[in-house]
Amino acid sequence: MYKVILAFRYLFKKRISYLAFTAVALSVFIVVVVMTVMRGLVTDFKQKNHNFSGDCVVAGDSLVGFAYYEDFVRTLQGEDFVEGVSPVINSFALISRQGSARNIGVQIMGIDPVMHSRVTNFAETLHYNRHNVAGAFEPSRDPNHTGCILGIGLVLEPDSNGVYDYYGAVLPAMALSVTSFPLTARGTLAKAGLGMVSSKTFYYSDVSHSGLARVDGAMVYLPFEQAQLLCMAGVEKRISSIHIKFKHGVSLHSGLDKVSALWKDFVKGKGSEKLAYLFENVTVQSWKEHRREFIAAMEKEQTMLTVMFALVGVTTVFIVFVVFYMIVSHKSKDIGILKSIGVSKTNVVGLYLSFAFLLGIFGSAGGLAGGWVFLLRINAIEHWLFKHFRFQLWDRTIYAIGDIPNKVDFGVLAIIVAAALFACLLGAFIPSFKAARLKPVETLRVGQL
Amino acid sequence: MKKNDLMLQARGVHKSYRMGSTRVSVLRGLDLAVKRGEFVAIIGASGSGKSTLLHILGALDGLNKGVVRIEGQDLSGLSSRQLNELRNHKVGFVFQFFHLLDELNVLENIMLPAMASKSVFGWLVSRGRARKRAMELLKRFGLSDRASHKPYQLSGGERQRVAIGRALMNEPKLLLIDEPTGNLDSATGNGILDVFEELNRAGQTIVMVTHDERIARRAGRVIELVDGKIG
Repeated sequence: MYKVILAFRYLFKKRISYLAFTAVALSVFIVVVVMTVMRGLVTDFKQKNHNFSGDCVVAGDSLVGFAYYEDFVRTLQGEDFVEGVSPVINSFALISRQGSARNIGVQIMGIDPVMHSRVTNFAETLHYNRHNVAGAFEPSRDPNHTGCILGIGLVLEPDSNGVYDYYGAVLPAMALSVTSFPLTARGTLAKAGLGMVSSKTFYYSDVSHSGLARVDGAMVYLPFEQAQLLCMAGVEKRISSIHIKFKHGVSLHSGLDKVSALWKDFVKGKGSEKLAYLFENVTVQSWKEHRREFIAAMEKEQTMLTVMFALVGVTTVFIVFVVFYMIVSHKSKDIGILKSIGVSKTNVVGLYLSFAFLLGIFGSAGGLAGGWVFLLRINAIEHWLFKHFRFQLWDRTIYAIGDIPNKVDFGVLAIIVAAALFACLLGAFIPSFKAARLKPVETLRVGQL
Repeated sequence: MKKNDLMLQARGVHKSYRMGSTRVSVLRGLDLAVKRGEFVAIIGASGSGKSTLLHILGALDGLNKGVVRIEGQDLSGLSSRQLNELRNHKVGFVFQFFHLLDELNVLENIMLPAMASKSVFGWLVSRGRARKRAMELLKRFGLSDRASHKPYQLSGGERQRVAIGRALMNEPKLLLIDEPTGNLDSATGNGILDVFEELNRAGQTIVMVTHDERIARRAGRVIELVDGKIG
């Protein structure tokens, strides 16, 4: 019992303990805030990529694509674990406004908007046709024209809060000339005069805001058949990828295994076909693998931050070590007194580790409370800073984020508190043993007082 | 003298310290026997090894050679745990500089030996009894109204009485006292010595070390420590 009483008194009655408390609380505060924001950003980014890709993507790493896809799409549609399937054309093109000589390079994504919305959140990214995705490629001013959907970054700029100022209820009439580079199944540019279409006019029918900066700033969505005509030359129809969504309850791993098995059988069955060699470039990937070049960078950043904050933890351990070393040196008389009344070495270690544990608990509680309050107000604080000092953590005109993520994850909090407790115990470990090894006769001598 | 009458026995006790490159012999074959209920004062010049002897007798320090027995039990044969129990139950120390814990109040300082011998749950069960005993000691030493005070709020005499109370908390059979009045004025010191006499009259065995002959004369028997031996 004396251990509990003394540990509390050491913590609350000694000024030096406040230094250790402040160090632990500050470390916890910083880690909670940064990890919550970073984790929020990474989770949000992953979710957006997941929403953009669906669960699984059968895709090649070539712009040539692959043929006979309709059979495989039908096979997938007949499977009970598949919620939706969407064949997609991916390529590059130049676009220019009609009457303008200026053109820019963009990515093309040819989709059937209804099929694609069953697999991804495409419908939700639209502004004007969110509830009428079937008419997404019908320009409101003239539904008879062929429409195109532009990534929002191609036509609008966000304000300082990351909010886009849309045109209003009706889109302006805007005709865009899209020029592509049709490829043959052999990967060469198709020769002119063979029924090939390389340039076509589309009318602006909607904007898509996926929240992915690279997609929204460079993507033009075209009707599937039109994109196929523009990008894939040849008799046999080809596509770039098939996006698949699994039914609720089907795990990514098992769904992926099933699609891989089906794809293997399909490729085997088509082995004798003329364009079967194109299957060599095609792989079945999860959405994470498909978007890994984007996600990996973000995850790497998160890992680096975790490593950096592990170093903050090391600093905390050192501060606790120094503080405890000073306390033990200062309280050597107490240790002598305790030993003179029969307190064992183990109990002396226990006393100082109890002190360290309490320090960890109260320091963590202080840091958590501070971090929580700060996170609750982080967007208001950033707004105030921007209003008065034009300071923003992330420039919303550049980064595709809205509010700073501030949703606290209790699992992460538990890990941070456990790490803080461990740091305190680690920091106090050596001083505690030093205290236990002190000889009472040396600490109680008159000369030592 | 019957063997059972002895509370404390030391035979051929040697103790030396290393000071730099030389070894200083403090105790050189010391023999001592203290009967139950005896009040023995050990006097000697400063540096004669009085405090060292007291620490060895109370199992706070080890010896190089010789035997120390408390109630016939050889201290060299005891484990660390048994030595801790011995210091907690059988021996009470009173130091010249009181050695109270600044973070605890008077009552807590007195109850400290009782707390040290119990686990948290054991303490919850027995704290009522311990508190009653501590309050009795406070009353006995005229400190009832000081129970919630911190040591720095007390006078020297009061602090020493608290230290005595702490030493008596677990009703030890042997009280070891190191220069009890060295830090007190004459009147207060006499008051403290009165307490020891009263305790001794009640049957308490006391071994006190001091350099002051006048104080030593208050004990029932005076032993002089000369050249590391009983003179």
